[in-house]
Amino acid sequence: MLVKLTKPGIAGVATAVMLAAGSAQAEVEIEYWQYFFDARVTAMEQLIENFESANPDITVTMTHFPYADYRTKVAAAIPAGEGPDVVQLFYGWLNDYVAAELIQPLPNDAFPPSMIEDEFFPMVGAMREGDNYWALPTAVRSLALFYNKTLFDEAGISGPPGTLDEFIETAKMLTKTDAAGNLTQVGITAGMNAQDHHWFREVLVRQFGGEPYLDDYRTVNYNSEAGIAAAGFYTGLVNEHKVSAFGFMDEPQAAFKAGRAGMHIDGSFRIGSLNKTRGLKWGVTELPANSDGMRSNYSSYWVNAITTKAEGEKYDAAVKFMQYVTSDEAMQIWLDVVGELPAKPSVGLTEANANDEVFGPFIRGLAYANTTKFANESAQRQILIDMVQRIDIEGQAVADSIAIAAEAEQELLNEYHN
Amino acid sequence: MYHRLSIRQKQIVWAWAFLAVPIVFYVVIRFYPTANAMVISFQNWNLLGDRTWAGWANYAKLWNDPVFWKVFRNTFVYLLIGTPVSLVISFVIAYHLDRLRFMHGFLRMLYFLPFMTTAVAMAWVWRWFYQPVPIGLFNNVLATAGIPQVEFLRSTTLALPAILAPAVWAGLGFQIIIFMAGLRAIPRSYYEAARIDGVSTWTILWEITLPLLKPTIVFIVVFSSIGFLRIFDHVFNMTTNDPGGPLNSTKPLVLMIYQSAFTDFNMGYAAAQTVVLFLILLIVSLVQLRILRDN
Repeated sequence: MLVKLTKPGIAGVATAVMLAAGSAQAEVEIEYWQYFFDARVTAMEQLIENFESANPDITVTMTHFPYADYRTKVAAAIPAGEGPDVVQLFYGWLNDYVAAELIQPLPNDAFPPSMIEDEFFPMVGAMREGDNYWALPTAVRSLALFYNKTLFDEAGISGPPGTLDEFIETAKMLTKTDAAGNLTQVGITAGMNAQDHHWFREVLVRQFGGEPYLDDYRTVNYNSEAGIAAAGFYTGLVNEHKVSAFGFMDEPQAAFKAGRAGMHIDGSFRIGSLNKTRGLKWGVTELPANSDGMRSNYSSYWVNAITTKAEGEKYDAAVKFMQYVTSDEAMQIWLDVVGELPAKPSVGLTEANANDEVFGPFIRGLAYANTTKFANESAQRQILIDMVQRIDIEGQAVADSIAIAAEAEQELLNEYHN
Repeated sequence: MYHRLSIRQKQIVWAWAFLAVPIVFYVVIRFYPTANAMVISFQNWNLLGDRTWAGWANYAKLWNDPVFWKVFRNTFVYLLIGTPVSLVISFVIAYHLDRLRFMHGFLRMLYFLPFMTTAVAMAWVWRWFYQPVPIGLFNNVLATAGIPQVEFLRSTTLALPAILAPAVWAGLGFQIIIFMAGLRAIPRSYYEAARIDGVSTWTILWEITLPLLKPTIVFIVVFSSIGFLRIFDHVFNMTTNDPGGPLNSTKPLVLMIYQSAFTDFNMGYAAAQTVVLFLILLIVSLVQLRILRDN
């Protein structure tokens, strides 16, 4: 019998109770793995503590690794029967994990698909394959427009832009150049290497009247008039309106943190590090709408799943643990500790959360967010980075560059799905 | 049984006993993974699932991949510019440093310092030097003089030389030390004889110094060639936002291997590239060793 040193009293009482009751129920130990990110580990420690006091017969051991080693270790451990019973993975990895038989479907009695579809934000639907859900998130992320309040005041701008036209005008007022004509402050940061590739795919293409992908993200569809218009708008920030520069201050988020950028599009996971930046007064608002008032957003998430290693009583314990980490209580803890948004409207859209000055814009964005089903996120991002480089550095026409990008991405998707 | 062996046989037994340790080490740490990589190059493997046989598919893909040929070209550009440039600069510095008495040790230390600095730290400092206004050192100087700024790292033509420069600089210290050792090894009497005969300084350099330095030069060429063919740290750290970019213009073979393996999880394809790199290194080294043997 395992006795936790931190809680000898409780364990002792539990043992006594169990002995007195003549119960033969043994204590079960399950393992949980996630990658190392300070706030996520702290939040999970809290969740485990709460879960263990509600389920004294289950012990959860958490192991975490640097992100770079994560996939390799999971892949090596589970087939060897060594690894976790419950594992964290990026939503985009689901297909690979299912195909490699690393995870098993969530049981329908504990996680009925109809219940999940009622309770969770719609993008979680990507975790369904066949009749079952295979994984569920505790928290989700979306994009929003960060803005520098000091620079807004300085330029005499009353508030953040609501539409794309206002967005350009605001950016112009925030841009500064030196005597030689070099940008010293940008109105908006730009770089496909950061979150802009999501903004382009799921937001701009849709706002210009297009649909970025068809056939459940298996067919690239942005090589269209809408796609060309969206790419023209995006590169126009640099070439036409000159309110930004690619590679300005090395990284978009660095420029914003340094107070050299008026606006910056980023994910909810940036909140924590902006809060730690001294002297930066920032606000956040929803991504600008198009002239018809249409909005879109991109959301992504990490999920937890039960591995194929979990069997028998460990499986039952893993199911209970999964139920807890996807509960409303767990989601609120995750929001408070990590700053990532609850995956259920019942938690996210509470009065307090949805009107929160910081979390509000992200949470409202979830309601109209889309989730790209990536085959290989970094390779697909690289294709858009290259698309912009061809326009920006080599002066290629937008239509030609987007055609090359669409073809390259289609080839990548075909290779992955066949 | 052991005591019945002759002394010679006992010596052989002991020799093998001692040799066994490095042999086991090399087999497990070097030869097994190398052989394994060659096997994987004929397989499809994404690290998670089963390995399946792919035949020559990975090599065929490599042959038809325009990015591979671009990267292949870049790798040789690093080699063909980096090696001669660093050779000439380090020789010139070593040649003059050798004649200098004033603050000799201090200067030698200054030249050696970059070699001891970690490549990652150095690459990041240079990366910031190259940034556009307002943070880049070089561009701020240009802007102050009213000259339009240069996009060092965001150019398909300038980025590779811009990355190569700190890589050359980092290797100089080591090459200077080797050259100075080579220069010291040339007997003084040759120079004295030449001077008595009234030979010019240039002739001494061409007819005495350089020919006698040939083994040193070959060593440095082999060493730095292997270094430039395997260049990775400088490129990766100076272009992390778009590794090997812009538009693959700075990507060396090792970076492409890294990306195939650990961002695309295409281990078979990465292994095929590794085998190609191995063959290139083997050929380059064999050619250079042959030149050495001609001596």
